Amino acid sequence: MRRLGTTLVAIMLLTAGCSEPAPDDTGPQTIRLMTHDSFTISEEVWEAFEAATGHTVELLASGDAGTMVNQAILTRDNPVADVMFGIDNTFLGRALDEELFEEYRSAGLAVVPESLQLDPSVTPIDFGDVCLNYDISGLARRGIDPPTTLRDLAAPDYHGLLVVEHPGTSSPGLAFLLSTIATFGEGGEYPWQRFWADLVNNDVLVTSGWEEAYYGAFSGGAGTGDRPIVVSYASSPPAEVIYADPPVTEAPTAVVIDGCFRQIEFAGILAGTPVPNAARRLVDFMLDRQFQEDIPLNMFVFPASEEASLPEEFVRYTSVPAAPASVPVEDIDANRSAWIEEWIEIVTS
Amino acid sequence: MDRDSHLLNTEPARRLVWVPAIFFGLFFAYPLARILIRSLAVDGAPDLTPFLEIASKASLRRAAWFTVWQATVSTLATLLLAWPGAYVLARYRFPGKNLVRAAVTVPFVLPTVVVGVAYLALLGPDGPLGTDLRRTAWAILAAHVFFNYAVVVRVVGSFWELIDPRLEEAARSLGATRWQAFRSVTFPLLLPSIAAAASIVFLFTFTSFGVVLILGGFGYATIEVAIWQEATINLDLAASAALASVQLIGVVGVLAVYSRLQQRYARKLPLLPATVTTRRPSSLGCKLVFGGALASMALYLGAPIVTLLIRSLNVASGMGLDHYTGLLRGEVPLARPGAAILNSVWFAAGAVIPALVVGMAAGIVIARGTGRAGAGLDTLLMLPLGTSAVTIGLGFLVAFGWPVDLRTSVWLIPLAHSVVAVPFVIRTVTPVLRSVRPRLLEAASVLGATPRQVFKEIELPIIRRAALVGAGFAAAVSLGEFGATAFLVRPDRPTIPTTIFRLLGQPGAATLGQAMALSVVLMVLTALIVLTVDRFRIRGSSGF
Repeated sequence: MRRLGTTLVAIMLLTAGCSEPAPDDTGPQTIRLMTHDSFTISEEVWEAFEAATGHTVELLASGDAGTMVNQAILTRDNPVADVMFGIDNTFLGRALDEELFEEYRSAGLAVVPESLQLDPSVTPIDFGDVCLNYDISGLARRGIDPPTTLRDLAAPDYHGLLVVEHPGTSSPGLAFLLSTIATFGEGGEYPWQRFWADLVNNDVLVTSGWEEAYYGAFSGGAGTGDRPIVVSYASSPPAEVIYADPPVTEAPTAVVIDGCFRQIEFAGILAGTPVPNAARRLVDFMLDRQFQEDIPLNMFVFPASEEASLPEEFVRYTSVPAAPASVPVEDIDANRSAWIEEWIEIVTS
Repeated sequence: MDRDSHLLNTEPARRLVWVPAIFFGLFFAYPLARILIRSLAVDGAPDLTPFLEIASKASLRRAAWFTVWQATVSTLATLLLAWPGAYVLARYRFPGKNLVRAAVTVPFVLPTVVVGVAYLALLGPDGPLGTDLRRTAWAILAAHVFFNYAVVVRVVGSFWELIDPRLEEAARSLGATRWQAFRSVTFPLLLPSIAAAASIVFLFTFTSFGVVLILGGFGYATIEVAIWQEATINLDLAASAALASVQLIGVVGVLAVYSRLQQRYARKLPLLPATVTTRRPSSLGCKLVFGGALASMALYLGAPIVTLLIRSLNVASGMGLDHYTGLLRGEVPLARPGAAILNSVWFAAGAVIPALVVGMAAGIVIARGTGRAGAGLDTLLMLPLGTSAVTIGLGFLVAFGWPVDLRTSVWLIPLAHSVVAVPFVIRTVTPVLRSVRPRLLEAASVLGATPRQVFKEIELPIIRRAALVGAGFAAAVSLGEFGATAFLVRPDRPTIPTTIFRLLGQPGAATLGQAMALSVVLMVLTALIVLTVDRFRIRGSSGF
């Protein structure tokens, strides 16, 4: 036992030496980048960053986006990372409230649309629209036109056709709920609650996660279910082409432009980082053309920079809604829990 | 010669209790306490408002009720459905028995996502049942039985295998019917192992997460799902910690009942090696029972596995290995299956060592049978199986920032795996260690063996074999672990389960097919480990 204790202490002393923060950050640094679990960027892009700046990037585990925000909040006094990437507008309000980030305005923001720049302490890097997807042949077979508005889904024609995700367990599910709240509003003649009650009467199917909805219940593309309309992403049709087996020339699914909710993903410099200068270089680099153009085929979202050109599949098989639904980040943070609880009561009753 | 000079029978052995105690304290109790205190205390004083808040949410009250209900029904259903399997493996000798035993264990370590997809296909309207059972409580129960079948077969079956069949025969020759003999002789003897199996199954299903999410749809939520929802979607750590405390109280309650049952029913039995207690199915009745049990097992456990296999081979042109070659080429940028397999193997190796050291130490303490201390340790070390992975993951973050920053260390992954693996190691090695009978050691020393020789010739071989069996299980548990891994694993160090999850996260027929193919790889890897381990099982040792 004593030996075990000695060994433990020895290991602690040894590793303690490596975790000391560097006193100044002029030379080459290691930047710890906290991301969610679907983050991927090509190896060559990181190599380019290292070659250009001398800094290296270390990726840290963080689970999904919500878990990552929690991790940053819990470790605020002794941050595990220098930069966070992948926090989106559905969670941003909370992070701003906790004052997790240092303000920084990257020069690269000049080519990023104003609509993506929600707060000076975070930098928009990419965005993805959560949209209704439909099975083109599935709807054609039924002789039904694709819906053009969210409201269409409450019509008798669309009875039993829609599958959505639970907003309490799924990020696209939450985005879709927010989109209905933005579209129909809280008060008024036809508030979001009534729309959902109508969807329930129209036999909407709710699954807990995107995988179950898309693969299990949706009939289009790789789906094995029988419902031709699903809540997914604007980038899903291009993905269906890119990962098709066998290769195809036309996407089997398409996007409904109305009622999309835009998830903007931000990078933020975590307050208290020992390497603020290197961290800023990393944020700048994320808006560089090379990084931006690497985003779509790795993460299936759209680059924030207007300069970045898109892969052909992203141009041909999907479209970017001009006016996606949006809810202010403070409102999301203040009401998220209550809205979800209210939604559960509507859908389960 | 002094009896106390053997490893298993000495004062040093008693001191071994510190190994599991420190490990458990450091890697389970401490992080858990830190996160609960951090989330539930306001200015150093406990704050009860989160408890009132969760009690006022109707959806959470439903979740609590459903959690208890489904765990109870799942446990009873698993005991009932796995009973024939346990019986057949306990009482019959047949070619390929080891293979069957290994195959039974495979479902236990499969990632829930994968089984979920297989079950969605099986229970859908086009499945063999012909009705749509998706998103019903039935689907959840069916998958729970599938996952936990192995627990009952291995825990109850292996113990049953060692009970002298002549006890029952004696009862029958005294005029008891077959049923009476079973009820009054064998069943009471099996009770401790039934309680052990039931407690594990209950804990697993009580904290069920993936199965409930995937198969239950939105209508069913367990406390575990609610903890996750509060923590990751509502970002309400106080509510999630309050729920985790409620869950923990439930788990402690269940373990207390289990411990009492153990103490009441456990008795010392003259156990016999399996070579004596098992036989080949001979009479027609025996053959029918035997065949029926095997067939039901094959159907129940085989159907989802075969579904997976078929899906992994299903390609546009019919059947083929395209998804496997696609995996090898690493076509999907998010997933590097080669690296994932390597990492998984490394993490498994890294988890085996601490799990083995701690499990063996605990096993020695428990095997010495010092009554309450041993039983208490056994029960305590099962707690991690019933604790929410999200809570523990966040606890690691809060707890291990000082004095050394271990929070982002890659070592946390095998350590987290070993916390989960320890109870299995204990269940594997304890019965083997118990089989070192003091009289055997005495006999050796009476015949003139030195303490050194006794240790080398008698104790060491037994311990080594027990260790190998335990190591196999620790490795299998680590390979399939997803909950804690998803939380701690770095994007540049994927494991097989996290890669499967990533593949499933991208729409496309190729990614789905590759996820299925990688699941098959995981199944084969697991089966190989379990099969190898079973070769080392002492003939006549019991345990998981």
